[in-house]
Amino acid sequence: MNNVILSNISRFIILLAAQVLIFNNIDLFGFINPFPYILFILLYPSTGNRSFLYVLSFLLGLSVDMFENSGGVHAAASLILAFVRPNLLKFSFGVSFQYHQTNLNDKVSKELFKGMEVLTYLILATIIHHCSLFALEILRFNFIWEILLRTLLTTLFTILTSIIIIYLIKPTKK
Amino acid sequence: MQQIINFFIKNSSKLLFLLLLTISLVLIIQTHSFHKSSFISSANGVTGFVYDKINNTKEFLHLKDENKILADENAQLRELLYNSVGPSDSLEVLKRFPTPSDEFDVIPAKVIRNSFNLKENYLTIKGGTKHGIKADLGVINSNGVIGIIERASNGYATVQSILNTESRINAKIKGANHFGTLQWDGKNTGYVQLTDIPRLADIFKGDTIVTGGISTIFPENIPIGVIEKAYTNETSNYYTINVRLFNDMTNIGYVYVIKNKDSEEIEELEENTGNE
Repeated sequence: MNNVILSNISRFIILLAAQVLIFNNIDLFGFINPFPYILFILLYPSTGNRSFLYVLSFLLGLSVDMFENSGGVHAAASLILAFVRPNLLKFSFGVSFQYHQTNLNDKVSKELFKGMEVLTYLILATIIHHCSLFALEILRFNFIWEILLRTLLTTLFTILTSIIIIYLIKPTKK
Repeated sequence: MQQIINFFIKNSSKLLFLLLLTISLVLIIQTHSFHKSSFISSANGVTGFVYDKINNTKEFLHLKDENKILADENAQLRELLYNSVGPSDSLEVLKRFPTPSDEFDVIPAKVIRNSFNLKENYLTIKGGTKHGIKADLGVINSNGVIGIIERASNGYATVQSILNTESRINAKIKGANHFGTLQWDGKNTGYVQLTDIPRLADIFKGDTIVTGGISTIFPENIPIGVIEKAYTNETSNYYTINVRLFNDMTNIGYVYVIKNKDSEEIEELEENTGNE
């Protein structure tokens, strides 16, 4: 149990640091930065305390906001993702998933390319997060086409980066 | 009563979600208003420290460019100096200079973060209240205007870039007295737009745009850019002018913060005048 808490804390810190130090500076084509920090929310234990996840997602998003000078858009989007996560889990892994007590982290990293389950989870979650993120930005400006284009490209880029990260930190168990 | 408590216990996580969502929405809306909320800004100690460290590494790779920019600026200033009195008596320069009015303070600062790919762009500079930097001071570099200080903490400050759709800077055409407002349409990082220049003004492609002397933030005649294209629409009597910036806003190393010592006096005076 302690192991789970520790790995979640380190995941929080490492993903936040990677986001700020590396991914915010990528600027592909001048404006595309991936947001793989949402992996923290996706890999949070499926049996974990829900309120705790809300608070952590909020803090994670808020920290990214502080570095980006973006008000509270990341905080709100992460919170929305955390809120819809149970439904996403049910949708992608089947209704019975939550009774199995499976380790979500292991499942995601082991079955990444086995069947569509994990990919569906990853892609849907990224789309929901990014759509809410950029919808909240629309509240602030009126550049609808540019924002749609950016949402699309950033979503693709985030999915790609997330898959690479999951692949890299794959546990080396047989 | 029992039922109300039960309701709260049953839905505690949903209520928590709503509470946090409300907080973040409030933060988003606050950011949009003129002065930002107090802590969601990269001017705080932690983020400033991190960006400072990142920048120290990056800076090392750009030392050569930075040196060249400084040397160019020095050369330019020297040229100005020698031409104003004649090359033979450059020692006389100091004596002949008009008595300094001591109106402006110039504080050098290092840019530790620069964003230009958003609609509302900010720079973070190393230098805060302990160096005399506070909100609403002008920021320039050797090529021209950069932006206006938005918030300052003890050691760091954020600058609302000229490339920010919320930015409004008073500007005019050099040599004329037609004032307009400089803003950004959010499209190209090399261009900003000057609006509210009356149609009867004589403007030509290539004219220089400089800051106007109306606001107390910038001194008069600081360069901004040159006119690239001007157009009017049918209904208004004003030009909208596309201005090509002298500055490459994507590559900024050191900046100068300009502090107008009289600004408080002027503002106080203007405020009191309106009240009578």
